[in-house]
Amino acid sequence: MAEKVSSITKAPAVSDVHILWITAGLSCDGDSVSVTAAEQPSIEDVLLGAIPGLPKVHLHNPVLAYENGDEFMKFFYEAEKGLLEPFVLVVEGSIPNESIKKEGYWAAMGTNPDTGQPITTCEWIDRLAPKALAIIGAGTCATYGGIHAMAGNPTGAMGLADYLGWDWRSKAGLPIVNVPGCPVQPDNFMETVLYLLYQVAGLAPMIPLDKQLRPTWLFGKTVHEGCDRGSYYEQGDFATHYGSSKCLVKLGCWGPVVDCNVTKRGWMRGIGGCPNVGGICIGCTMPGFPDKFMPFMDEPPGAKLSSNIIGTYGRFIRTMRSITNTTVNKEPKWRHRGRALTTGYQPTSY
Amino acid sequence: MATYPETIPETDKSKRKLVEMNWDPITRIVGSLGIFTKIDFANREVAECYSTSSIFRGYSIFMKGKDPRDAHFITSRICGICGDNHATCAVYAQNMAFGVKPPPLAEWIINLGEAAEYMFDHNIFQDNLVGVDFCEQMVKETNPGVWAKAQSTKCPNSDKHGYSTIADIMTALNPFTGGFYRETLAMSRMTREMFCLMEGRHVHPSTLYPGGVGTVATIQLFTDYLVRLMKYVEFMKKVVPLHDDLFDFFYEAIPGYEKVGLRRTLLACWGSYNDPDSCDYTYKNMAEWGRKMFVTPGIVVDGKLVTNSLVDINLNIRILLGSSYYDDWQTAETFVARDPLGNPVDKNHPWNQTTIPRPQKRNFGGNYTWVMSPRWYDQRTGDHLALDTGGGPIARLWSTALSGLVDIGYVKATGHSVKINLPKTALKPEVEFEWKIPQWSNTLERDRARTYFQAYAAATALHFVEKALAELNAGRTSTWTDFKVPEEAIGCGFHEAVRGVLSHHVVIREGKIANYHPYPPTPWNANPRDIYGTPGPYEDAVQNTPIFEDNGPENFKGIDIMRTVRSFDPCLPCGVHMYVGDGKTIEVKHSPMFGAAGPE
Repeated sequence: MAEKVSSITKAPAVSDVHILWITAGLSCDGDSVSVTAAEQPSIEDVLLGAIPGLPKVHLHNPVLAYENGDEFMKFFYEAEKGLLEPFVLVVEGSIPNESIKKEGYWAAMGTNPDTGQPITTCEWIDRLAPKALAIIGAGTCATYGGIHAMAGNPTGAMGLADYLGWDWRSKAGLPIVNVPGCPVQPDNFMETVLYLLYQVAGLAPMIPLDKQLRPTWLFGKTVHEGCDRGSYYEQGDFATHYGSSKCLVKLGCWGPVVDCNVTKRGWMRGIGGCPNVGGICIGCTMPGFPDKFMPFMDEPPGAKLSSNIIGTYGRFIRTMRSITNTTVNKEPKWRHRGRALTTGYQPTSY
Repeated sequence: MATYPETIPETDKSKRKLVEMNWDPITRIVGSLGIFTKIDFANREVAECYSTSSIFRGYSIFMKGKDPRDAHFITSRICGICGDNHATCAVYAQNMAFGVKPPPLAEWIINLGEAAEYMFDHNIFQDNLVGVDFCEQMVKETNPGVWAKAQSTKCPNSDKHGYSTIADIMTALNPFTGGFYRETLAMSRMTREMFCLMEGRHVHPSTLYPGGVGTVATIQLFTDYLVRLMKYVEFMKKVVPLHDDLFDFFYEAIPGYEKVGLRRTLLACWGSYNDPDSCDYTYKNMAEWGRKMFVTPGIVVDGKLVTNSLVDINLNIRILLGSSYYDDWQTAETFVARDPLGNPVDKNHPWNQTTIPRPQKRNFGGNYTWVMSPRWYDQRTGDHLALDTGGGPIARLWSTALSGLVDIGYVKATGHSVKINLPKTALKPEVEFEWKIPQWSNTLERDRARTYFQAYAAATALHFVEKALAELNAGRTSTWTDFKVPEEAIGCGFHEAVRGVLSHHVVIREGKIANYHPYPPTPWNANPRDIYGTPGPYEDAVQNTPIFEDNGPENFKGIDIMRTVRSFDPCLPCGVHMYVGDGKTIEVKHSPMFGAAGPE
């Protein structure tokens, strides 16, 4: 549906964009739920056109859709036939390996009218990926495999790039865009969607991604680099019990080596997060999650060495700072009610 | 065995002309659910219902051999809307297995987090997902006559919520454009901020641990929570009367609507919010400290309380094979022969379950599901009862009301009702709401209970803030107790996930997880016929539901079925699969699925 052309904002290069969202990977739907928490922008900001310059956005997400069953699936069949252009495909959940067994399915969406069997999620990805303007992996399951791809899993689960290929490009030349997090940090996801919409509208250049296909402006720093407990680390002051406000590295925090902005951004409106509020970083945004971080509550092997080295330096620094802190906690001596002015000013008129 | 009430008349089914109607997927729930029905349009009722979910992940398999301390981090990922309920329940099971009791302050922090989860989750589900089934657009498309009546029906509680007519409420529920829809969405964010204050992140918490929490308890923490809570309390003073008006209107506008989703009262509640003054996490005292929970555990059969002992509840859980893609485990290892009190533990109990998946073609005449049938063995009758949770709140309120044990000022259970007292807020005076045990366990009462439980959760949170601040002010600021992981141990956790009963059972051997089986609410609600032929709760509720929608087969939306399914608050990542009825010759109207793969 065409919007009235504004004289203030430039018209987007395309008038309408559809977002087709598959939650039927091996998922918990936690990324869809998380996205309803976003406020920068919120989902209704984008759908109701509260941000200037954007095309009209039509969202087809099963958690939020008005339509049911066939009425909902209609959009997916239309997209497959090329009747829903342009569209962005969002995938949530790990991609199971359907070829490791004789029959049956691990993950599916809708039913094939010809066979009466479920249509596997892999089949939907095969049908839609060639037609999509862009594909976004929402959350660590879809991006790298995540929890359901841990050692000993029965389904052979993997991430989107493992399935489509790390060099995969959309028909518009975009790589897979990965927004990891278990679940995805709400604003990280919506901000990425917003960027892609700007790009589609011709208002932004190619989205900058790192080797793991993450937006660089969101995942370019480590948890530790954004952590307000980093200074405890610097001073060699480590928590020995949960509930402490000190650095959690010795209790299992992987923050120094994990790419994630949660400590800077918090979880919602700057509230919550992980090590900044007492939760060890378990590396949930990482391709190596969860196996490379387990058991979660043990000190990371690498941290033992670095926290010991920083210990000597940190204790010295802490002692020196403590002395200075005592000094700066005292007011200068000229603030008093005595009869003489001792500030250094030499009055001549009184 | 007929498990629906005798008030529903039996018709001669051999003369029926059935039309197949399918919805795959059912939207506005969490997870992937397909509903396949056969509808008797002449008699205006659902004759048969099959339900299927399409995901298998295998938690019980990949958790084997892992460090037991990791269990709550891993199991949180079972569910994306109530993951924290899983994490909390896992922590309860870990505490029992590790023999650790957290400091009281930690329990109050967890209770405040879980209260915020109830406030958030019921809120967004009720008014952003369920509410759409009652919105202007939907009612216009399904029952134009009801819409016309809504426009001329004044709201009895108009002064409390500000909407003049029922139609005004319906318009306000329209997705994204409706004012109340957007207000609710915004409120669901504020309650999640409250959650994040206590448990770090929503929906997979960062600050929960066996032994307590990592949350730093400060005056600021509880102040930040309390000011938000009071805004929610004020919101509740509008929301509860609004829903009373809406649901009462449906009874009035559509005579007979009480039969939609009606089933025999068979409700389960595993209790919520431990009281640190009594809960020591020992199995031997579990019945006692279970009764001190701030939502009382209980099994309600035909309106009567059967037990409120968590030990009774635990010992009589049975997991039966239905028509699922698994092999039987009768020849597999028995992990727990007797519980710590010396009671024998059944081979079909979660402690002794072994999960052996066997993927295969979906066949509605045979195996078509990834989930088994949880039942509760009634020692009195020898029945394996197909208990339901009614989406959570109706079972919690019913159980709590009958036990009559909760009495904290803000909430009082009377034996036949639950009184919820909300203090004065910025713009509204003190209010008392009373949830009375309803006449029916049906669709509308499940939905109504949800709105009352939102107020209940807010009221309990007021109590928990006071308790937490009392600890803090007394200088007891520790939130975590150290522990050692034993070489051999068993544990169980009982909790209420937002949409109903939740249990976690763990067996530890050589310091690792030897067996782990979580049982969330959705398998209880949406399971297939078990080996005894007892149908699952959805089957009772959907099957024989009268159809009040005006549309015929050509443009049928199935709104009465959708309302019924959603009244259970389905959460499919937990697993839903269902089968009802016998195969019949039918006229196929939508997709010919049964013709291709199912019974003729």
